[in-house]
Amino acid sequence: MKPFTVLESRLVPLPIDNIDTDQIIPARFLKTISKEGLGDQLFCDWRYDASGAPKPDFILNQPRAKGCEILLAGDNFGCGSSREHAPWALTQFGFRAVISTSFADIFRGNALKNSLLPVIVPAELHSKLFALPQDAKVRIDLAAQTITLPDGASAQFPIDEFSKHCLLNGVDELGYILSQADAIAAYEARAEQH
Amino acid sequence: MLKPRTIIEKIWDAHVVSERPGAPTLIYIDLQLVHEVTSPQAFAGLRERGLKVRRPDRTFATADHSVPTHDRSLPIADEVARRQVEQLEANCREFGIECHSIGSPHQGVVHVMGPELGLTQPGMTIVCGDSHTATHGAFGAIAFGIGTSQVEHVLATQCLLQTRPKTFEVHIDGALRPGVSAKDIILALIAKIGVGGGTGAVIEYTGAAIRALSMDERMTVCNMSIEGGARAGLIAPDQTTFNYLCGRPHAPKGPSWDRALERWRALPTDEGAVYDKSVSLDASALEPMITFGTNPGMGIPINAAVPDPSSYADPIVRDSVAKALAYMAIEPGKPLIGHKVDTVFIGSCTNGRIADMRAAASVLKGRKVNPNVRTLIVPGSVEVKKQAEAEGLDSVFRAAGAEWREPGCSMCIAMNGDMLSPGEYCVSTSNRNFEGRQGPGGRTFLASPLTAAAAAVTGTITDVRTLL
Repeated sequence: MKPFTVLESRLVPLPIDNIDTDQIIPARFLKTISKEGLGDQLFCDWRYDASGAPKPDFILNQPRAKGCEILLAGDNFGCGSSREHAPWALTQFGFRAVISTSFADIFRGNALKNSLLPVIVPAELHSKLFALPQDAKVRIDLAAQTITLPDGASAQFPIDEFSKHCLLNGVDELGYILSQADAIAAYEARAEQH
Repeated sequence: MLKPRTIIEKIWDAHVVSERPGAPTLIYIDLQLVHEVTSPQAFAGLRERGLKVRRPDRTFATADHSVPTHDRSLPIADEVARRQVEQLEANCREFGIECHSIGSPHQGVVHVMGPELGLTQPGMTIVCGDSHTATHGAFGAIAFGIGTSQVEHVLATQCLLQTRPKTFEVHIDGALRPGVSAKDIILALIAKIGVGGGTGAVIEYTGAAIRALSMDERMTVCNMSIEGGARAGLIAPDQTTFNYLCGRPHAPKGPSWDRALERWRALPTDEGAVYDKSVSLDASALEPMITFGTNPGMGIPINAAVPDPSSYADPIVRDSVAKALAYMAIEPGKPLIGHKVDTVFIGSCTNGRIADMRAAASVLKGRKVNPNVRTLIVPGSVEVKKQAEAEGLDSVFRAAGAEWREPGCSMCIAMNGDMLSPGEYCVSTSNRNFEGRQGPGGRTFLASPLTAAAAAVTGTITDVRTLL
């Protein structure tokens, strides 16, 4: 897993609530047996018309989206299906963080396991972010758990200690779980007695 | 005296493997269900790390999302789907997992198969790489959907790192009126709490209206807990649960059954236990529900008017509803009754069980499907299909002019070729009306099997009570 420390980037704003994982990556692309090659299918049905041509009015097709590593979305981002293809598609497109007022539980967990940082901000700051000029850069510092706007306004965002450790160091959870093999075996032995 | 606990806390406490400072709790998973879509990358991960499946005896697979429901001759015609299903079969062979792929008498939608086989039992922790795993909560289990990384974690260790969920009581008293069903309960709840209303919580459904439901109906309610944003939803086990389970292939037998009953009877929430939050509904006040927009929270009673976006104060909410209505090409301020329907889909892990087939047949019996409506009836499993055929329901459907298909997820997720054309309207008994969910450009109205069957007959959105 790629470590995440500090990120400074312009924003791609998508001011829509409840963006579901079927929009992030439609189910017809889930027939793959690989994790790769999903970036082109990100937001496919919003991004391309029926003939496969990019829709010019969709933000990801506009010059301003180029090189942006932060997606700014409406409330309850990532609701719906458990498909991890959603964070795979977002990171393969180039996003490293998503900012919203809240995230659906499964998406949030999946994102954290793929070095995609879900940043939860209060409603007031959320509105302020949407009002920023196109070229404004926002700075996210994971160690300090802060998000800072160009005018210096700053807010703390929550993240659990364990996920933060994994992201800062680029390590995944499985190694930690495997290291508890004795506790797992002891649990199984206790459970068998019932 | 111990502090009174909810069933959610009791199951959680019984599954704690370890709690260490600075990390989430490690909990044990009793059962993992696997399907072809979210598992191939997890098995590949095991191979890369040289790991085995820790408990193949607690892992069961089926093929459901990508399988055709029309022509079941092998190999599957869609090359990409064929490769995915064959990969599942190969992974299960390699890692020693029981797999019910096409051809098995138990093949079916993963959340229909598990309960049928008696794999799903009270007090368990159950996971699957599928958000509708909440279905299994109907038996008094904590059952939740996980991503592919976590599928790999559970395959390798039978454990997951989890934070303790909040507890959320949804209390439903009263009795459902004729024409109103379990699906209407859950659609009404999600319309009330919103699609993020349950975030961070496990719901316990309580009250007389819940107790009166059959297991099939309880599964419909729990299935859509995720559509309210909840991690899971469950119903404490009772005699209805035990009657369903008794004699199922994987249910305990003989003295083990008696010991299991004793454990299961201790699961219900203690008197005086406190939930983090609560909401109540009166089942007797519910009407048949239908969705008008592009998430499952955008639901209204069948005779109510579609809300006007301008009635919402929050600009993002207003824009989201306006965007949904534009996608659906629906006018606000009027009821949906009489709106044209092109396709009706009856099936899915929400409403693909025998009770749902019977409900649909009760409306279609002696009637004809409107000639402008394509009606797909897709049983949730081979077992549901066989039972429906034994009861002659397939003849009712065929005589009405509906298509009687083979089991699978089918048009709920439109991965297998069963899909809407752009712009088509579909009344669907599935769980998601997201844009394009049933095919790019397709427009979905979520409803109960009764309401869906009524729409098939009239060719328009109809209050089923006018046909009863």
